[in-house]
Parts: sequence; C-alpha cells; structure tokens
Amino acid sequence: MRFLPLILALILSPLMRGIINRTKARFAGRQGPPLLQPYYDLWKLLQKGAVYSTTTTWIFRAGPIISLAATLVAAMLMPLGGWPAAMSFSGDLIVFAYLLGLGRFLTVVAALDTGSAFEGMGASREVFYSALAEPALLLGLAAIAKISVGGSILSSLSQMHSQISLHLWAESGVVLVFVALALFIVFLTENSRIPVDDPTTHLELTMIHEVMVLDHSGPDFAFILYGASLKLWLLGALIVGLVVPSSGIWVVDLLADLVGMIAISVITGAVESMMARLRLVRVPQLLVGAGALAVLALVLEYKN
Amino acid sequence: MGSLADTILIIVVLLNLALLGTGRLRPSIRLVAAQGMILGLLPLLVSEHGAGLRLALLAVATVALKGVAFPKLLYRSLRSSNAKHEIDPVVGVTASVPLGLLLLAGSFWMASRFQLPAGVEVASNLVLPVALATILCGLFLIITRLQALNQVLGYLVLENGIFVFGVALAHEEPFLVETGVLLDVFVGVFVMGIAIFHISRTFDHIDVKQLSRLKD
Amino acid sequence: MTIAALILIPAASGLLSFWLPSQLGRRALLVAAAVMHLGLTLSLWSARPEPTPGSWLAVDTPGLLFLTIASTLFMASAIYCTGYLSHEDVATHIDREERFLFSNEPESVFIGCLLLFLASMTLVTLSQHFGLLWVGVEATTLASAPLIYFHRNHRSLEATWKYLLICSVGIALALMGNFVLAVSASAAQAHDVNLHVTNLLANASKLDGVWLKAAFLFFLVGYGTKMGLAPMHTWLPDAHSEAPSPVSALLSGALLNCAFLGIFRVHQLCTAAGEGEFSRSLLVVFGLMSMSVAAVFILRARDFKRMLAYSSVEHMGILAIGVGLGGAGVLGAIFHAFNHSFTKAALFLAAGNILLVYDTKSINDVRGVQRRLPITGALWLAGFLAITGTPPFGTFLSEFTVLRAALDADRAVVATLYLVLLAIIFIGMANVMLKMSQGTAPESTPNSSKDKLVSVGPSLVLASLVFMFGFYIPKPLRNAFDEVTLSVREKKDSLEESATIVPLRVENETLTAISTEVQSALHEHGTEPKTDAEEIRE
Repeated sequence: MRFLPLILALILSPLMRGIINRTKARFAGRQGPPLLQPYYDLWKLLQKGAVYSTTTTWIFRAGPIISLAATLVAAMLMPLGGWPAAMSFSGDLIVFAYLLGLGRFLTVVAALDTGSAFEGMGASREVFYSALAEPALLLGLAAIAKISVGGSILSSLSQMHSQISLHLWAESGVVLVFVALALFIVFLTENSRIPVDDPTTHLELTMIHEVMVLDHSGPDFAFILYGASLKLWLLGALIVGLVVPSSGIWVVDLLADLVGMIAISVITGAVESMMARLRLVRVPQLLVGAGALAVLALVLEYKN
Repeated sequence: MGSLADTILIIVVLLNLALLGTGRLRPSIRLVAAQGMILGLLPLLVSEHGAGLRLALLAVATVALKGVAFPKLLYRSLRSSNAKHEIDPVVGVTASVPLGLLLLAGSFWMASRFQLPAGVEVASNLVLPVALATILCGLFLIITRLQALNQVLGYLVLENGIFVFGVALAHEEPFLVETGVLLDVFVGVFVMGIAIFHISRTFDHIDVKQLSRLKD
Repeated sequence: MTIAALILIPAASGLLSFWLPSQLGRRALLVAAAVMHLGLTLSLWSARPEPTPGSWLAVDTPGLLFLTIASTLFMASAIYCTGYLSHEDVATHIDREERFLFSNEPESVFIGCLLLFLASMTLVTLSQHFGLLWVGVEATTLASAPLIYFHRNHRSLEATWKYLLICSVGIALALMGNFVLAVSASAAQAHDVNLHVTNLLANASKLDGVWLKAAFLFFLVGYGTKMGLAPMHTWLPDAHSEAPSPVSALLSGALLNCAFLGIFRVHQLCTAAGEGEFSRSLLVVFGLMSMSVAAVFILRARDFKRMLAYSSVEHMGILAIGVGLGGAGVLGAIFHAFNHSFTKAALFLAAGNILLVYDTKSINDVRGVQRRLPITGALWLAGFLAITGTPPFGTFLSEFTVLRAALDADRAVVATLYLVLLAIIFIGMANVMLKMSQGTAPESTPNSSKDKLVSVGPSLVLASLVFMFGFYIPKPLRNAFDEVTLSVREKKDSLEESATIVPLRVENETLTAISTEVQSALHEHGTEPKTDAEEIRE
C-alpha cells in the first residue's frame, strides 16, 4: 500500500500527456491521437537503435539515464493526495525540488555536450527560466508547509499533504488559492508548457526544451520522454495534493486524487489551446508574479 | 463578516501588486477603477451596528466616484493626449513587483508595532498593514512612473490606502468630512486631468521626465 | 454672521467674476471684495463674534493673526493687480527666455481663482475642526493651481504640474494624519470622537500618545509640504518664480502661513497631551534642514524670483525652529510670520516691477534698478535689509527673539547653526540684490514704464509696516502674540516659565539699547508692567 503513489506514477504518467494532447486536439476541432499514444511512442522508441554524434562524450549517453533515475527517486518522495509516499522524512520537499533540479541539470549538460549552438541556446534559456521558477517553487512549498503544518519547511511532503482537509480550506481558502496558482505557473514552466514554451514547435527561435533533446534518439529519447511525463505527473500531484482536500476514507481520497490529476491535464490542455506563447521578455514577469503570489500567501499566513 | 473584509483587503493588495507589475496605461486605469469599486464595499462592513444610511451613502458615493467617474476622466485625458500607451518606469516593471512585496512585508512589520487603543474595534486585522502597504505602493508609483497619467494613478492608489484606513478605523467621523474628502479627491483628479490635457497639448507627450527645464 | 461673510464675500465674488463680462467690473469687484474682507478682518480685532453653529468655524487668536496677514496681503496684491493686469492685457506675449509666442489665461479665471483662493485661506484660518481645516488647505491648492498657470507657457505648466502633484501628495498624507488623530482621539471617547480643536484640547491628556505622535508626523510631513519645509519644498522655487508676481506674493506671504497654522494647531495638541518634546524636536530638525537647503541654493541663485522663493523656505524654517524651541521662541516665530509675510510680499511686488521693465529674471542681466526705477530700487534695497534681518526692521527683532530662545534653552548647536545660516544667506542675498540695484541703468530697457502709484504703493505700505514693527507693535497685536505663546506652553513649567516670558517685552525698547544693553533691555517691562505680569501669572 505504501508504494501505491509510486506505482500509479510509474504507470499513469504517460497517460497525462495523452490527455493533454487529446484536449488540445479537441479544442482545435480535431479527433486527436489515442489516449494511449505516448505508451506506443515509448514502446516504439525502446525498440530502435540509438545514433550518437561523434562530438559527444559519455556525458551525452549518461545524461538521460541519470536524469531518469533522479526523477524516479523524486517519484518515491511524492505522495498522492492523502496517500503517504514510499519514502518520507523531514525536509524531503527540499530534496524533491533539487532532485528535479538535478534531472534538469543533466539534460542541460547533455545538450551542451553535443557542441551545437542550437542546443546551447536552448540550454541557456531553460536554465534562465528555472532560475526564476525555483524561488517561486520553494516559496510555494514554504507556504504549504506554513499553512498545513504551521511550521518549518523541514516537514515532509506526506505530512503536509495529509493535513490538507476541508477544514483547512474553510479557514485559509484564499491563501491556498494563491499558492495553488503560483505552483501552477511553476508547473507550466518546469514542464515547458505554453505560455512559457511550446512543446510542439520546432522552429529555431521558439524552442527551449525541445531543442535540448533534439539529438537524442532511440532508448535515450524514450528515457527522456518518460522522465518528462513523470515530472509532469509529480508536479501535478503536488498541486492536486494541495487542492483536493483529504477526507480520511482511502477509496474516496484515491478517486478524488485521480480525478484531480485528470482535471489538471485537461486544464493544462485548455490553457495551451487558449493562450499563445509569451514573448521571452515577458516570462520573467510571469515568474516574478508567481513568486509574488507565493510570498503574499506566506505573508498573510504569518500575519494570522 | 471578518473574513469578507479580509478577502476585500487581500484583493486590494493583489490589485496593488498587479498595478506594480503592469506596463500599460489602459489596464492600469482599469485596475485602479476595480480597486476603487471593491473599496466601495468596505464601508458596509465596518460598523458592527450594521450599515446605517450614512455608511451606505458613502459606499455608493465611493463606487460612483472611484469606480466610474475617475476612470472616465482618466480615459478622456488619455484619449486627448498623445500618450504612449507603454510606460518606461524608472524601476522596471519586473523589479517593481518584488519591491512591492518588500513594501508589503515592511508594512506588516510596522503595523505589528502599533497597538490599537482600547475602544477601537476594527473589521479585520489586516486593515492597518494593507492601508500602509497601499499608501507605500501609491507613493512608489508616483516616484517611479514617468507618465503624468501614471502619477495621477499613483495618487489615486495613495488615496485608496488612506481611505481604507479612514473607513475602517475612523468611521465615527462626521459625514461632512467624509464627503468633503471624496469631493476634494474628485476635484483634485479633475484639475489634474485638465493639467494633463494642457501638458499633452503643450508638449505633445506626457512624459514627466522631460519636464525638467526649471532647475538650479 | 461676520464669519460667514468673511468666507462668502470672496467666494461669491470669485464665482461672479467668472461670468462677469466687463473687465473694469471684474477688477473693481476684486478690489471691492479685498476692501470688504480687510474691513471685516480688522473689525474682528475689536469684537470677536460667536462661533458658527456646531463650532465648526470660530475666531481664535492664532487664526485671527494669520487671517490678518492674509487679508492685508490680499489687499496689497489686489491693488497691484489692477496695474499688473492692464500691462498684461495684450493678446499674445513673447516669452522672455525662448522668444516664442504665448497667451495668458483669461482674466476672468485669474480674478475668480484669486478670490476663491482668499475664501479658502479664510476657511483654513477660521476652521475649528481639523477635518474642515484639511478641506480648506486642499481647496487652496486647487484654487491656486490655475493662478500659477497664468502665463501659458511650458515652464509655468511644469511648475503647475509639480505644484499640483507634490502638494496633493502632501495633503493626502495630512488626511492620513487626520485619521490617525481620530484613532488617537477614540482612546479618549470611544464613540463620540470628533476632531474639533477645542474638544481635543480639553481631552488632551486622554489621547493615545503613540498614535498622537504618529498623527503629528503625518501632519508635519503633509502640511509641511504645503508650507515649504525641506525636503518637501521642491515645488516651491518653481511655483513661486513662474507665477505672476502678485500671486507669488500671496503664495509666499499668506499660503505658507496657513499651512503652518495646521502644523501649529497639532503642535498645540501635542503640548497639551504631554508629547511636546517630540513635536518640538521634529520641528527644529525640519527647520534647520530648510534653512540649510535655502542657504545653499541662495548662494547659487541665478534668477531673482527663485532666490526670493528660497528665501521663503528659509523663513519657514525659522518659523519652525521658533515654535520648536518653545517659550519665547514661539513669540518670535509668530512675530516673524508677520514680518516675513509683509516683507516678502513687498519684495515680490517690487520684483514684478523689475521684471516688467527689464523683461528678464536673470540676475546677471539686471543692473541699475536704483536709477531706472527709483522707488522700486529703494524698496528693493529696503526689502533686502528687512528680509535678511537687519535692524531697524522688525525682522531683526523677531529673528533675535528666536535666537534668544535658543540660547536660553542651552541649545548651542541650534543657535550656532542658526546664526551661521543666517549669515550665509545674508551674504548670498547681498551679493545679488546690491548688484542688481546699483550700477548704471541700461540705456534702453524693453519696457519704458516708470514707477506708478498703483505698482509701488502697496509695497511701500507693507515695507513701512515692517519698519514700524521694528519700533512699535500695536498693543492688541502684542497681546495676541502673548496669548498664542502661552497656549503652547508646557503645563509643567508654569511659574518658572513666566520669568523667561518677561523678555517678551523686547519690542518696546528702542534699538539703541541693543548690543551691550540687550540683557537689561530684555528684562525691562513694557509700558504697563503690573497688569501684564499679572496676566502672565494667571
């Protein structure tokens, strides 16, 4: 039972991507790819051979693998709503944030390793955005810690999420909304979604995340895609755990959380369909706004 | 009762931050108008005796003036002037928001040092810090924005902050003074609107940074 | 009735003159309203009327003093305006600095706003309620903004904009001060709080100290902006130099005092509540800052109207220092308000004449005023002596009284700074004004007017009043000064204070007694020793 969130994450994370793509297609009036398409893609990629450029070194081969490993460890730390995670200890939310950071770092390094200016450009933009998103993420986590456990950031994610009940929502609803909004913006940024980055574009001027993984192929690419879906799931679970109150009955909680994850996917798809990508200079403003919301939530919590 | 007032005040703070973070004149006018209208609800929540006639009239007057009349005046000034609709503030838009947060934290700290005297009930604990924060935000806007219209908006935000304080804490003041205050702000904004019209006609812009011929 | 008339006559005349088509009629209305207002004000000295219903407006001593100053100055300006406006009555003007064409504001707007300005100043001086006082000060800002923008060129527009924005911000802060004061007062009577001055003074000991101090701070910064205390004075040089001269005279001489009245009333309240120490120290700090800023900028003056404006900043600083020192300093400050207002108005009106003839505000381009315009030149010189505090003018006595108060209070630093700054300003102004008035007159000046009665008469009267104050102060005035001084006396020093109040009788001594005999001169009583001393000890 302890491993339920982990198992669900491993199995269901590509499905999230499928739901997002389906939603976007429906908004566009198309039928859209099947919901299980990401699984088929992963399977296809695993069966292919990989091609490596001669300028790359062992970093390029190791990058996707270590990054996936980091994301898997992070998956062990993330609870799903009221369900405690496989591993939890005090301060694990900081470890979580930085495991994701490690994954990103390795992707960036692998991109730089190719020696192509194209990937380098994507890498620099990606790092710039993450630098701005990180304070927002940590402040949001601090705000959750303050609201739910009333205390230090050194509590565990599982503890915090289990404390989010209807009662808490009634008390500090407004503040939770702010934190949820801030974390949603971070979610969009970390997963390279519109309005920060367009996952479907392949134009030189507009790619950020996509450009970094352009040179990977075969199983490496499969690992990267799977790692990205896992990251999508984990950050989504962070928000769902915050938004969906836990009632104590495990079946209800589980269903509610799964519905929440579907809802987040649909919302992300909707946002992607309704907005255009922001100009590069506007993204810092968006991220500062997210950080501001998180700080506002913290300040209001401390006041009370 | 308490939490509705809390929500209103939190929305006011959000609008302040949004104002600091926006770079364009039209949305700024809309944000200030929204702030004024939301504040119009505050008089109805302050008195524990329920909203009397006086407070209700004050609420209506506030909404009418701040939510409707001022934006109309300002839109007219904007239209008649050749204002560039983008502004280039002294402190960039991205940096203004964290500074605004700093001001907010500062006001919370300052407010915690003041004890309300006995016998004063207040609708919400957030009144004093939010009032101070809005005043500081208004002053910040006046100092850093370079379009004359934006400075008037900063002045309106300043007045909003003072209004929050006044309505929540000094609500025993006679009606005469409250309407006098509202009228004065109205005339003030009216006169400033005329001045902006003249500035734009004389200079072909309303960039205050270029109003610097007079110096020692 | 009299009180209502004092406000309604200028207000109604002002509104009427917006629509009156006849130019002569408007100017006549201006002078008539000024005469009526001055007459009513002087009648208040003999008989104080009853307060209006609800005690919103009443005549009390500080208000009456400042009202008298404002009314006298308005009379002088009104007479000067009749001449000034006939000069300005041309369709287009050529800007003196940049040689472009501009036009003036319609005269009806000018005269209307002047009268409304007088009405709002009267409201400020007569109001007994802090909120109403605030409304009056705001009204003065709004009424005087069009006055600054009389010459429709971009420099005066810039000055008007700065004036509007900075003073509005200041007044908004003063409004905050009103609200904080209300919070402080609700500690005294929770549900019956009102901001009537008399009410608050009666309940002074019950006011919450912390909130009262916060309120004083807001008022000081807020009304201080309007008064021209540094560092909130930045609008002052621009506004006072770009405005037409009669308006500058009113702004410097009357409006700054009215703003000071607001601060004074709160200071009275603080003293009565026991927080006098706080308010006094703040006043001294701001006063010294103002004097320093003024000294620096007067030394660098290149435009004589700006120099006069900075001189206003300096004198407002002296007012603040005087009240901040307490005791005899308050007497010096109030007396100084009279002297400064009359002198500054006379100087601005004379500057107006110089500006008209020489068509330039630059100091370097004006020479030989003494020869070209004899009476104006004499006024300029006399004004210089008066404004820098040279005997035998009244300014010397008032500035000396403030100095004396500093020495009596053992505040050596304040006294030294005060003297040094006064000396610096003297040197700065001497450099400028002597240079301007002496020398050979230029062969041809842009305008060939001579001194007319209407353009020098008012200044002569004002200057002679200041001269008279050096020797003799009318008894009612003296009593009023004493009354105001006693009203901000700390409650705890009652009898010891009366010993140092004795030096208040300084004005009755002739100036030959100054210097070595100054000590004995200060301790001698006036003409009615017993009755005055009895009055003090009550």
